[in-house]
Amino acid sequence: MAVAHSLIANRRLWTFHGGIHIPDEKSLSNGAPIAPIALPSRLVVPLQQHIGAPARVIVAVGERVLKGQMIAEPTGLVSAPVHAPSSGTLVAIESHPIPHPSGLMAPCAIIETDGEDAWAELPPPMTDYPQLDPELIRERIRWAGVVGMGGASFPTSVKLSPGTDRHIHTLIINGAECEPYISCDDRLMRERSGHIFEGVRIMHHLLGVKQVLIGIEDNKPEAIEEMRLALAETDMHTYTEIVPIPTLYPSGGEKQLIRILTGKEVPTKGIPAQVGIVCQNVGTAAAVADAVLEGRPLVSRVVTVTGRAIANPRNLEVPIGTPASDLIAHCGGYRETPRKLVCGGPMMGFALRDADTPITKATNCVLALTPEESPAPGPALACIRCGRCAQACPANLLPQQMYWHARAKDLDRVQDYNLFDCIECGCCAQVCPSHIPLVQYYRYAKTEIWSREQEKRKSEQARARHAAKQARLERQEQERQAKLRKQKEALAAKAKAQAKPETAAKQQASAASPTETANDS
Amino acid sequence: MKTFIASSPHVARVNRVDSIMLQVLLALVPGILAMIWFFGWGLLINILLAVTFAVAAECTVILARGRSPLPAIADLSAVVTAVLFAISVPPILPWWMTLLGMLFAIVLVKQLYGGMGYNPFNPAMAAYVFLLVSYPVAMTNWLTPTMLTEHHLSFTESLRIILDGSLPQGLSWDAVTSATPLDEMRGKLDRNLTMGEIRQSPLWGAFGGRGWEWVAAWFLLGGIYLLWKRIITWHIPVSLLSSLLVCATLFWAIEPQTHPFPAFHLFSGAAILGAFFIATDPVTACTTTRGQIIFGASIGALVYVIRTWGGYPDAIAFSVLLLNIAAPMIDHYTQPRVFGHGGKRG
Ligand code: SF4
Ligand code: SF4
Repeated sequence: MAVAHSLIANRRLWTFHGGIHIPDEKSLSNGAPIAPIALPSRLVVPLQQHIGAPARVIVAVGERVLKGQMIAEPTGLVSAPVHAPSSGTLVAIESHPIPHPSGLMAPCAIIETDGEDAWAELPPPMTDYPQLDPELIRERIRWAGVVGMGGASFPTSVKLSPGTDRHIHTLIINGAECEPYISCDDRLMRERSGHIFEGVRIMHHLLGVKQVLIGIEDNKPEAIEEMRLALAETDMHTYTEIVPIPTLYPSGGEKQLIRILTGKEVPTKGIPAQVGIVCQNVGTAAAVADAVLEGRPLVSRVVTVTGRAIANPRNLEVPIGTPASDLIAHCGGYRETPRKLVCGGPMMGFALRDADTPITKATNCVLALTPEESPAPGPALACIRCGRCAQACPANLLPQQMYWHARAKDLDRVQDYNLFDCIECGCCAQVCPSHIPLVQYYRYAKTEIWSREQEKRKSEQARARHAAKQARLERQEQERQAKLRKQKEALAAKAKAQAKPETAAKQQASAASPTETANDS
Repeated sequence: MKTFIASSPHVARVNRVDSIMLQVLLALVPGILAMIWFFGWGLLINILLAVTFAVAAECTVILARGRSPLPAIADLSAVVTAVLFAISVPPILPWWMTLLGMLFAIVLVKQLYGGMGYNPFNPAMAAYVFLLVSYPVAMTNWLTPTMLTEHHLSFTESLRIILDGSLPQGLSWDAVTSATPLDEMRGKLDRNLTMGEIRQSPLWGAFGGRGWEWVAAWFLLGGIYLLWKRIITWHIPVSLLSSLLVCATLFWAIEPQTHPFPAFHLFSGAAILGAFFIATDPVTACTTTRGQIIFGASIGALVYVIRTWGGYPDAIAFSVLLLNIAAPMIDHYTQPRVFGHGGKRG
């Protein structure tokens, strides 16, 4: 215990601008241990559950697949494979709604499970990993399809190979879990702390960092205590610290957490590696341990099923691809009809249109909110310029100005106000007394700008193509002309050949030069 | 604009415009009661009239635009404008001037600029200045605090003065009205009286004008309530009052015979009311933190300048309006440093 206490000695903490206090509602779901869920008869496994290039299917429809068998391989460096979450038959590859803010349809592998849950042959455990080539370990993590499980879903192996030009000194483990309602990381830290530390140890080894900081919001005292005890049992306390941080949304945002723990600001449009930091979520650490020490790919995750509309809110260990409706049914169904079904937390999650939407590697919460919890906000009034949004903004932006210009569709001006530094945390909208859906405006403006840039790129490409085509046509025409001329001249030369052979040769030479020029252009 | 798919955040919002306005009105109550205590029922009548006129004017304009006036009325902003106006004008202002003021404030200053949130000028102050310039006599015709008069105007007497300008039998205007302490001080300073002589006037109380000082104190209490409830932030009121106090102290220290002691500036006119309730009007003030400090401090300094060297005894309205003009520019140059942008101002 003495050791454990010294581990949370007075580390200096920094603050970030703004942030808001919101009722955390975690006690709804964090009481019961993580429970397994009955194997669903049908799994809908999206082929892209990560940021980067989509995975390519390597199994034919109709084939039998085993649990943990790779069904789609990564295509490119920033990409991740997808594995069968249970054994059964791959019955189709088809478009299906996936958890995405736009309610997008995307290709999914549909697996009819056989109930055996039979594992494929797995690669051997790498328990001796400190002796192995780090590249092999990264390859294993990449093979296992591990991606950021805090929501960003960036391929973990990429983040763990920052390149030799960057000096990484600190690994931050994000256990802040600042969004209200969600408690999957809380339960994970309470129940599988040893496993998390195994993953941390592997990542520490791969990155060769000096220190590891584990940030946990102080509204999770049990998790902090459990993690402290688990840390004291390892030899990692020489470089690892559990750091309780004040509960303030959005302290779990990557940039905010880095700022709180180290005082460093990730530069705009930059990544943490630029300030010598890599940030990973606690769930990701556990998945890394699974992959390296047990050879198990990422085929399931812990999901919080909560909200006052759920009969028995709790955390479930869920195979990837399980429809959200199965999770809700497993938690006793609805206590009352929800007004909103949300994927993710109440601040940054998005409403699901379809309860059949599958769980992915990035889904941390299924939230069913009653009309009392999620009342329809009043009609948006005019902005009264009260500045509450700016006071709350963790990025220190001027949300009312961005709103003003986004509404006027003045996309250049919105960018002048640093739209792309907005992390869409929703603090501004939450405090706005005029109930303006500010985040929507920012998302809209970002989408517009992206699509406009794409348009521009496309039209530039089209223009280049057009110019190339024009040049080609011109060249062909010139060549044709030149040929004609040559033929004519050849004929004329023939006619004069007997009289003056030298002149004809000269003429031919000068006729040839325009053709060359045309070819050059 | 595209149709949005259900937006985050998904939980109940924490603030509402109408409840903010309601808190502001609530915070005004102690000061209003004190004013009624010291200056009679006229203020209450004026508040009722101003609110009625303002709401009616707002309804009419919005109806004329073919929209439902209910949401605009329900946000209570017109009521706040009316109450602030009524507090600022003499308690026996003729009713039609109140009507004129409210028409000016709501129709011209607020609705013609697009309504709530779009007006560059504080409507109550714009109306005040409009009337002061047009009817300087009526607008400076303040009542004598009750402890200094024999006759206390009753509710019906006040009502009659406001409605048809007739004084109760046997009373002269001199018996019920007097200059405000600031006004009186200006007049006497102009006649080369010293502060020592001026302070002999019965209009002077412990640290401000007689009666006025207590009104200001109760408004201060309301202001502190607004700070506590986080309806306003400290930046504007504190910078405004500090800058006024700094100016006042400076000149008083140099020349105490021609300048009143500093507390007098805070507790005699509308400084406290202005600092907490008028300059903090979000629509017309600066929105950036540093901007608000500049905004408040400039108003404070301007109030001192106008009170001391300008043509009008009190200056909150003028100073606020002047800074309303400057607010967008101040905002522009005081944008906060955005997260991750190094030392550069974003
Ligand atoms: S919080 Fe809302 S009303 Fe206030 S300034 Fe921001 S956008 Fe405008
Ligand atoms: S959503 Fe964007 S603008 Fe609003 S508070 Fe968060 S970072 Fe600031």
